[in-house]
Amino acid sequence: MTASIDDSPVQIAPKYRLGRWTRPALGLLLPLALAVFWELAVRFGLSNGRLVPPPSVIFTTFSDLWQTGELQAHAITTLWRVAAGFACGVAAGTVLGALAGYSGLLHRLVDPTLQALRSIPSIAWVPLFILWFGIFEASKIILIAVGVFFPVYLGVMGAVISVDRKIVEVGRVFRLSAFGMIRRILLPAVLPAYVIALRAGLGLGWMFVVAAEFLGASQGLGFLLVDGQQLGKPAQIVAAIVAFAILGKLTDWLIVAATTPLLRWQDVYGAAHQDS
Amino acid sequence: MLDINHVGKTYPNGVRALDGVSLTVNLGEIVVVVGGSGCGKSTLLRLVCGLDAPTDGSIRLDGTLISAPHERIGIVFQEPRLLPWLSVARNVGFGLEDRPRPERTSRVAAQLARVGLSDKARVWPRELSGGQAQRVALSRALVTRPEVLLLDEPFSALDAFTRVDLQDHLLDLWADQRPTLLVVTHDVDEAIVLADRILVMRARPGRVQEEIVIDLPRPRDRQSAAFDFAKRRVLNALDHSLDRRARAGDAETVLDEGAARWW
Ligand SMILES: Nc1ncnc2c1ncn2[C@@H]1O[C@H](COP(=O)(O)OP(=O)(O)OP(=O)(O)O)[C@@H](O)[C@H]1O
Ligand SMILES: [Mg+2]
Repeated sequence: MTASIDDSPVQIAPKYRLGRWTRPALGLLLPLALAVFWELAVRFGLSNGRLVPPPSVIFTTFSDLWQTGELQAHAITTLWRVAAGFACGVAAGTVLGALAGYSGLLHRLVDPTLQALRSIPSIAWVPLFILWFGIFEASKIILIAVGVFFPVYLGVMGAVISVDRKIVEVGRVFRLSAFGMIRRILLPAVLPAYVIALRAGLGLGWMFVVAAEFLGASQGLGFLLVDGQQLGKPAQIVAAIVAFAILGKLTDWLIVAATTPLLRWQDVYGAAHQDS
Repeated sequence: MLDINHVGKTYPNGVRALDGVSLTVNLGEIVVVVGGSGCGKSTLLRLVCGLDAPTDGSIRLDGTLISAPHERIGIVFQEPRLLPWLSVARNVGFGLEDRPRPERTSRVAAQLARVGLSDKARVWPRELSGGQAQRVALSRALVTRPEVLLLDEPFSALDAFTRVDLQDHLLDLWADQRPTLLVVTHDVDEAIVLADRILVMRARPGRVQEEIVIDLPRPRDRQSAAFDFAKRRVLNALDHSLDRRARAGDAETVLDEGAARWW
């Protein structure tokens, strides 16, 4: 007993001495070690690196694609598709989610149908969308919009339904109109949940753009993946994956950066460790 | 004049929260409602401010039927209920949105100065102490200059000193604009400091059991014999409302027991 009491401060102290930068750096240790290991393994001939290209080859492929301008062109096409699908999905999800949350009647009317549709794996729509909208942009954007729609709809609806009645009563005491109630009470109250819904929607948007570009695209990062597979160029596949990762992280960060100033008022647990 | 006429309220779950409550409050009068837990005090305030509709009877302000929130009636809830996404100043100005900006700013500033929170105008509600938050809530209700102000146990979550402070403060503000005050409290001292009249309610169903007029001159001395006497009357009435028999022989014991446990 006494020993453990004496020991405890010694065990806790070093954990807190890890600085601001060493802690995130710790997370990089494993992937970096793996990369270095693989690079060396290929260099020393332990593997020919044909199916799993070493980091240096991936980097070369990446910068080659960049220099010819190919990568940018594909990335912009994909980005445009995600943006268009995301915008449509967010618009529909926000409006329907807000209505289904605000009005009990509308909730009973549309929610069961939407929940049923949600349980269909969205990729299952692909053949139908191709029949209906052709194999060009429209069907791709609609598929992405469908993917984005559901998390946004669910997030907005759930957030509106669970707005604190006590806060809504403050709005009623000050005799806000329906519009005033939405603008001055409901919207700000659901904003934190809305940001989460948008991020979830964006994540699915990136997932679905890959699915969409697998089906007969001649442009886009997804096409780069298929192309790499058909021509047996694994480095190109990995380069496209890296591009996806960068763009996904970047757009997610954009949402966070754009909304953080609007959420400074929050009094939440997470606020304490958000900066670190 | 606020006229509450044979008001009854049955909640959807069948609870008869109020039954045949009648009360007339004149402009500028302070009426305090006390009573055991669950006797319908909050329900009464919710009906008067139009958040709920009475099942029977009617509530009128100068002849107009109250069926929805009314601009001349304000309320301070038991919790501050500040909007966390608005600064303190914008919370206070919440009910002034339709006024021109210069008027709004000057009225909010004056009101905040009145409650001693001018330096907090720009902070978020989360950065306030409980007493400060309650003062902001009070300001939000007062800044629109309501004719009738309802207060539901406004100071019950505060420590004794802050509470006395805010009671005096409320009386100051009242002396300024002379609104009608309808106050619910669990604190007998608070009731006697504030009230022109005290209504003692009893439960199941909620109704008014006794009305005690407090005609002590203001400002009231909390230590005076007259204050103690009034306090004893109110505690006795409360004991009756809970069907506890006050023992005649030992008034002190009754006072202490009542004070400690009546609610
Ligand atoms: N929304 C509601 N639905 C159903 N019953 C309710 C509701 N609100 C209150 N009641 C019931 O009505 C009765 C009166 O409640 P009320 O809140 O008015 O009491 P109160 O006098 O304010 O009590 P307290 O002093 O504890 O705040 C209680 O029996 C309570 O259970
Ligand atoms: Mg109550």
